[in-house]
Amino acid sequence: MDIGIKEIEHIANLSRITLTVEEKNTFAKQLTNILGYIEKLNELDTDEVQPMAYATSLKNVFREDKLKSSFSRQEILELSPSSTNGFFKVPKVIE
Amino acid sequence: MKYEVVMGLETHAELDTESKLFCGCSTKFGSEPNTQTCPVCLGLPGVLPVMNKKAFEHSLKASLALNCEISNFTNFDRKSYYYPDLPKNYQVSQNYFNIGNNGYVDIVVKGKEKRIGIHNVHLEEEAGKLVHPEASGANYSLVDFNRAGVPLLEIVTQPDMRSVEEVESYMQTLRNILLYIGVSDCKMQEGSLRFEASVSLREQGANFFGKRVEIKNLNSMKAVLKAIAYEISRQSDLLDKGEDVLMETRLWDDIDSVSRRMRSKEEAHDYRYFPEPDLVPVWIDQEWIDETRTAIPELPVSKRQRFVNEYTISDYDAGILTEDRLLADYFEECVKMAQDSPKELSNWIINDVLRELNERKTSVQDFAIPPKMLVELIKIKPTIGNSIAKDVFIEMINTGKTATSIVIEKNLTQMDDVSELNDIVARVIEENPKAADDYSQGKKNALTFLIGQTMKITRGKANPKILTEIFEERLSAGSK
Repeated sequence: MDIGIKEIEHIANLSRITLTVEEKNTFAKQLTNILGYIEKLNELDTDEVQPMAYATSLKNVFREDKLKSSFSRQEILELSPSSTNGFFKVPKVIE
Repeated sequence: MKYEVVMGLETHAELDTESKLFCGCSTKFGSEPNTQTCPVCLGLPGVLPVMNKKAFEHSLKASLALNCEISNFTNFDRKSYYYPDLPKNYQVSQNYFNIGNNGYVDIVVKGKEKRIGIHNVHLEEEAGKLVHPEASGANYSLVDFNRAGVPLLEIVTQPDMRSVEEVESYMQTLRNILLYIGVSDCKMQEGSLRFEASVSLREQGANFFGKRVEIKNLNSMKAVLKAIAYEISRQSDLLDKGEDVLMETRLWDDIDSVSRRMRSKEEAHDYRYFPEPDLVPVWIDQEWIDETRTAIPELPVSKRQRFVNEYTISDYDAGILTEDRLLADYFEECVKMAQDSPKELSNWIINDVLRELNERKTSVQDFAIPPKMLVELIKIKPTIGNSIAKDVFIEMINTGKTATSIVIEKNLTQMDDVSELNDIVARVIEENPKAADDYSQGKKNALTFLIGQTMKITRGKANPKILTEIFEERLSAGSK
């Protein structure tokens, strides 16, 4: 499977990163190689194998619906670059 | 209309839990911004979300109440997108293995039943709330994450609705079901229940779907109905002119009553769903399903049907009584105690109890008159008459006293002693010769005046039926 410049631009956009023309070319080539290598796995017959999404066999782990105290607002807001009047402040969002 | 309308609805209902879906922060509405957050719901690195059992059980219960097939394997997926109300840059949701699939809801429109298919029911987490400062020129938005991580149930229908009335009935039916099974408070004004509609039109009889338009920002059921009516006429105008309907998302503006095209992102959505590695899957066995099923009470549609059959009240009245489960319980308790007169009790509840509940902005469980007291009032009503009974009813709410004690205290028992009433009638005729004469001459409405005068003297206690008889007898006899 070939990864072209278009796919690279799409992935970069989804990841919110900006790439130079050289970088796009490099990554396109590298990703194509990586996928080609992984493509080898498709040679295996996996018809009888269940897809696995989890590395452990844990299931049905729940907590009871109990309140715990939240963090102090000041402590939380201090982690952000900008806040005002108890709110996080972000660049204007227009719909 | 020459087009057939095809509509589907997506519903988001905040589940009624104390704590959030993955952490112990409170789900309480209306608190100071960002006072109900922690590293888990803010998505700080290194935290471990753990599923709230009650939220999951609520979802299972709702899926069963909506007649879904239950997957015995379910898991959770990350839906990735960037938006400032989403602290983790992904939302934990379900994409591949929803809790419920292929369900249905039966609705009634103009007396006819119709089945609306439910495509799926799944559990996800709420996003935070964005506040846009009103000051013009403000170049920022504000974020409150109190709501982020509140458990949210999404219910997606098949494109089965064909009219505005069907959408209205579906919304009400769904809301009633969710309230009956107690999984959400469904307060639209607090955003606990939200709808998104999709609307497309096609030539009558066509076997393909037209281009679909999604409508968002619908904050009340009224807004949904207005928005879809607007969309239907917008699309049919376009089609009439031979133009294309664009597949797009539109935002409803309730103030101007128009929808506007949402600034579409240049790139199609690419959510890159993948299994949430921090959560483990949930297996639902038959025992769990059976147990949950037994916890589902009789649902509104069947209760309504039963009320019509069992108590011979009208379908309309049964609809009002069963809209609220607690009101339906109130009615049934009254009927059981009275052993009689379901029709009269239903009238009292629909006209008087509901009116007072609305006026006093209270709910039936906090109402001052419990079933026992209402039944007592109905039982003694024949001795005080209908209009005094209405006054006693109000007095009962205001004082908390029983009907009997109010009647004794105020000496309200109806006067139906004929000789006593005869004396009073004689006095009234004497004091109002003109009216008495008019009545004898055949002026019927003079009687209303005379009865009014008698009621004044007896403070409304005279039995109006006996009174009318006495007046008729005396005055027609006098004219001879």
